[in-house]
Amino acid sequence: MKFTLSWLKDHLDTSASLDEITEALTDLGLEVEEVVNPAARLAPFTLAKVLHAEQHPDADKLRVCRVLTDEGEKQIVCGAPNARAGITVVLCKPGDYVPGIDVTLGVGKIRGVESHGMMASERELELSDEHNGIIELPSGQVGQKFTDWLAENRPEAVDPMVHIKITPNRPDALGVRGIARDLAARGLGEMKPLKVPAIKGGFASPVRVEIDPALKARGCPHFAGRTIRGVRNGPSPDWLQQRLTAIGLRPISALVDITNYFTFGLNRPLHVFDVAKVQGGVLRIHPAKGGEEFLALDGKAYALREGMMAISDDAGVESLAGIMGGEHSGCSDATTEVFLESAWWDPITVAATGRALKINSDARYRFERGVDPAFTLPGLDLATQMILDLCGGEASEVAQDGAPLDTTRAYRLDPARVVSLVGMEISEATQRRTLEALGFVLDGDMATPPSWRPDVLGEADLVEEVARIASLTRLVGKPLPRAQAGVPAPVLTPLQSREKAARRTLAALGYNECVTYSFIDVGSATLFGGGSDAARLENPISSEMTHLRPDLLPGLLQAAARNQARGFADLALFEVGPAFSGGEPGEQALVATGLLVGATAPRDPFGSRRAVDVFDAKADVEAVLAAAGAPARVQVGRKVPGWWHPGRSGAIALGPNVLATFGEIHPRVLREMGVKGPAVAFTVQLENLPFPKAKTPTRPALTISDLQAVERDFAFVVDKGTEALTVVNAAQGADKALIERVSVFDQFTGEKAEAQMGAGKKSLAISVRLQPQDKTLTEDEIEAVSRKIIEKVTKATGGTLRA
Amino acid sequence: MELDALRNRYLAAVSGAGDEAALEDVRLAALGKKGEISALMATLGKMEPEARKAAGAALNVLKDEIDAALRAKKAALSDAALDARLATEWLDVTLPGRPRPRGTIHPVSQVTEEVIAIFADMGFAVAEGPQVESDWHNFDALNIPPEHPARQEHDTFFMARADGDIRPPHVLRTHTSPVQIRAMEARGAPVRIICPGRVYRMDMDQTHTPMFHQVEGLALGHDISMAHLKWTLEEFCRAFFEVPSVELRFRASHFPFTEPSAEVDIRCSWAGGQLKIGEGDSWLEILGSGMVHPKVLAAGGIDPTKWQGFAFGMGIDRIAMLKYGIPDLRAFFESDLRWLRHYGFSALDMPTVAGGLSR
Repeated sequence: MKFTLSWLKDHLDTSASLDEITEALTDLGLEVEEVVNPAARLAPFTLAKVLHAEQHPDADKLRVCRVLTDEGEKQIVCGAPNARAGITVVLCKPGDYVPGIDVTLGVGKIRGVESHGMMASERELELSDEHNGIIELPSGQVGQKFTDWLAENRPEAVDPMVHIKITPNRPDALGVRGIARDLAARGLGEMKPLKVPAIKGGFASPVRVEIDPALKARGCPHFAGRTIRGVRNGPSPDWLQQRLTAIGLRPISALVDITNYFTFGLNRPLHVFDVAKVQGGVLRIHPAKGGEEFLALDGKAYALREGMMAISDDAGVESLAGIMGGEHSGCSDATTEVFLESAWWDPITVAATGRALKINSDARYRFERGVDPAFTLPGLDLATQMILDLCGGEASEVAQDGAPLDTTRAYRLDPARVVSLVGMEISEATQRRTLEALGFVLDGDMATPPSWRPDVLGEADLVEEVARIASLTRLVGKPLPRAQAGVPAPVLTPLQSREKAARRTLAALGYNECVTYSFIDVGSATLFGGGSDAARLENPISSEMTHLRPDLLPGLLQAAARNQARGFADLALFEVGPAFSGGEPGEQALVATGLLVGATAPRDPFGSRRAVDVFDAKADVEAVLAAAGAPARVQVGRKVPGWWHPGRSGAIALGPNVLATFGEIHPRVLREMGVKGPAVAFTVQLENLPFPKAKTPTRPALTISDLQAVERDFAFVVDKGTEALTVVNAAQGADKALIERVSVFDQFTGEKAEAQMGAGKKSLAISVRLQPQDKTLTEDEIEAVSRKIIEKVTKATGGTLRA
Repeated sequence: MELDALRNRYLAAVSGAGDEAALEDVRLAALGKKGEISALMATLGKMEPEARKAAGAALNVLKDEIDAALRAKKAALSDAALDARLATEWLDVTLPGRPRPRGTIHPVSQVTEEVIAIFADMGFAVAEGPQVESDWHNFDALNIPPEHPARQEHDTFFMARADGDIRPPHVLRTHTSPVQIRAMEARGAPVRIICPGRVYRMDMDQTHTPMFHQVEGLALGHDISMAHLKWTLEEFCRAFFEVPSVELRFRASHFPFTEPSAEVDIRCSWAGGQLKIGEGDSWLEILGSGMVHPKVLAAGGIDPTKWQGFAFGMGIDRIAMLKYGIPDLRAFFESDLRWLRHYGFSALDMPTVAGGLSR
């Protein structure tokens, strides 16, 4: 919403400065976005008088002038035909910036004659397009500031323009008068009365209006208008054109400019029909059947849909109600008889139509936020008077259907509650005075909002009005007492703590945390078990972001591909965030995913570099699981989704509950995602890990044996498909009390191994640590356990002890 | 005199020994079982008691003296051998250490933890909720009815609806406010929570991304006022930006879910293109806030005649950019390794109230 200071002063009697006004507006909730003050760019210029002018010795069209300025007499060369002795001019001195020619002046020599500045034309100062000569002022003193002269003699030329942001709840501030009312309530001046003229119609309006019964209840409760005949349309007067231009509107003709003036001045959008073009003498307000063609004033054709509100005559749709008039019945310079419309349109219906047809207009913007229903007739009268004043003619009686919507309602003002909510001492008298200044009517403790405030719908709105006018800038903070005295208790839930532990562990392991988008393209989603319609966005912002991600891996792989394209081949990336199994609320799970691509390390003199493999991923996933509080004993299965390498991946589970998956990414998936391998990864389902039943900081007691532990090594020849875990578990089962730990320390596999041990065989070597509890082991006892271990392992694997 | 000659001879032999083997030969010749001094010791038994006493003492002194010389020489030889070996073991210590990867925490995670640390100290718990939301939780419950102009301003992403499913489409939450509703439903009043998380709006340009992060706060009690809100935000900003003091300006504004509503500006300076919070003549809008609208309380199942309180919301990415001088929002979600390394945080940089939020 834009307005000028002089326009504001039409409604507000104030001596406040521009700065005071803009500061108050922002504080009141009418946030100032921009102030354009023409006086600022004219500030350096002063008045001067030409004492003498003579022909330039070397140029026909130039004159050399002696000019009296506030700094004495100066010589100035001037090319204007009207430069002559005796005239009062506007002087630009060396050093001044002249906006119209975008030049900062210096002392110059023009054809050999020194010139100390220039005398400006209107165009050079951006006052108008006039450039036939320099400005000649009819009054003014040498040395007087030009802006002061303008303020006195041409105030509109230095009228500051203010642009404010209007929140959706304040339709009343979409008119200059509403803004003035806020400022007056704040104490920055007095409202000037608005005198509504009594227009006496000289004849019955030849255009009648009819509201379809379907719209009277909801849509258009009230439509009024009046015919004015004998008008002369043409350019509107300068003052009106200047106001509209100042706020960025293009003056069109007096009739149209008047409607715009009411739209912005009083938040009263109007429309004018050329009566000569209205067929049949009746304007019908009705819901569209659907399919009607309508050529709007913006020059575009629209096809109406069923239920949209239209204003039609016998020839068809002439106006889209509350949004835009039609090209066919619009006014032109030839218009001599005009029908002026002032109506009230339902905000929801206007908004729906405007949205559907994608028409943004000043009328729609206002009607969908709410126009004062009680101002329909006064607005009509005021505008009629203005047309009569500017275009002449004779007004008819009012033609109307329906009646102004009654929005009367009242809410209780509880001054104590206001103070309690705002936390600022505001006296009851001040509260009441504030509301009355805003147009509320108080009866006891009940406040009736004015008809122009559709946003006030409860007691809380009264609080807001009082607080806003009292100024929230003045609010002083007050300590919020702790809910419980003393040291605050921890606030994170176990899952939140777990998320943090997983994230910090991964960063400590050398991974870089990424935050990737929650939505991905359908192709990538499908590769990872997603891409269903349930997870599809109705209105994606791009084809790369059409589906909720089923997994974090596709996003990380895309990130890896982008980094590879930039020349980074070795990557350790991770993300902790939601993966989506569907499109219903709650169909999301918190997962932590890590991705290793390329080599484990840069090339170095020690040969540290090697390709990442599945055991890197396994080590890291185990570290994350441990940090996240997973139990020590878990199962490792091989049932994994299809995007993993079928032979080089595993699932870590507690029974059917899968905690994590790890392994090499399937080479086909890597290829489709455009990532150069090798690439290994893991995904931890953070929500699937069981939480400890009771939380206690106490650790179990530490038992340490003083007796010497014994380590024995065994090597077995087994089928090459035999899993190490089978061997370890079998050995462990040989004596649960005595065997403290079993670890695999060697694996011999491949061609050489098969040559030695037979086709399809490999060797696995384990180390078993025996920890006696009550007495030192004898050689015989150790032998007995060893035999049992060999027996268990050979039975479990079908293998043999390696000779 | 015989002993003096013996001493001189053996001490010379000890000092002349070139290696441990030669030294051992000297030891055996002097002190070995068949050595010269041992042989002399053996003759003592045949002497008269008086003579034996004197000769024995002299021989023992000599034996100790030679033994000490042998030990000293042995140590010296061993040191020299070690020095010689070490001299061959020279390595180029200007070579790099073995590579060790350095991981990083994303600024969004780091700043979220900073915010949590501050509000936890003020007794605010952390609430979370689904990112696909019903339109009731995202809009209606927050006093944004279907026709409300604010709904259009949210640039909402909608989930597709299957044919025949006549429910209003779910939305990707446009703010974390629906979490407030869910928290009220689950916890009742009094309550103090913050809700950090991802939010989504259909907007992509220089300064907008279709996904970003918000944190909202909610405090309900019997007498919690806007003055408490202002203090809470002042404390938060002072702690978060790690400055001795801040100045906030509340400006009246409008949000459907709060009444009264205020935009909050923070005093700052942009001298030299560098943002400084807490000083200067500029104001920077950093968050929106207000007193929870009675309709929102009612939607959360809380009696608005008994309870009142404040709510606020701000962009996590935005305050991260302001605090750490990160210029471009879009880069947050591009996972450029150079960006992650430059703006990321170490795993051990854990923000705490006791230890400070940043290093």
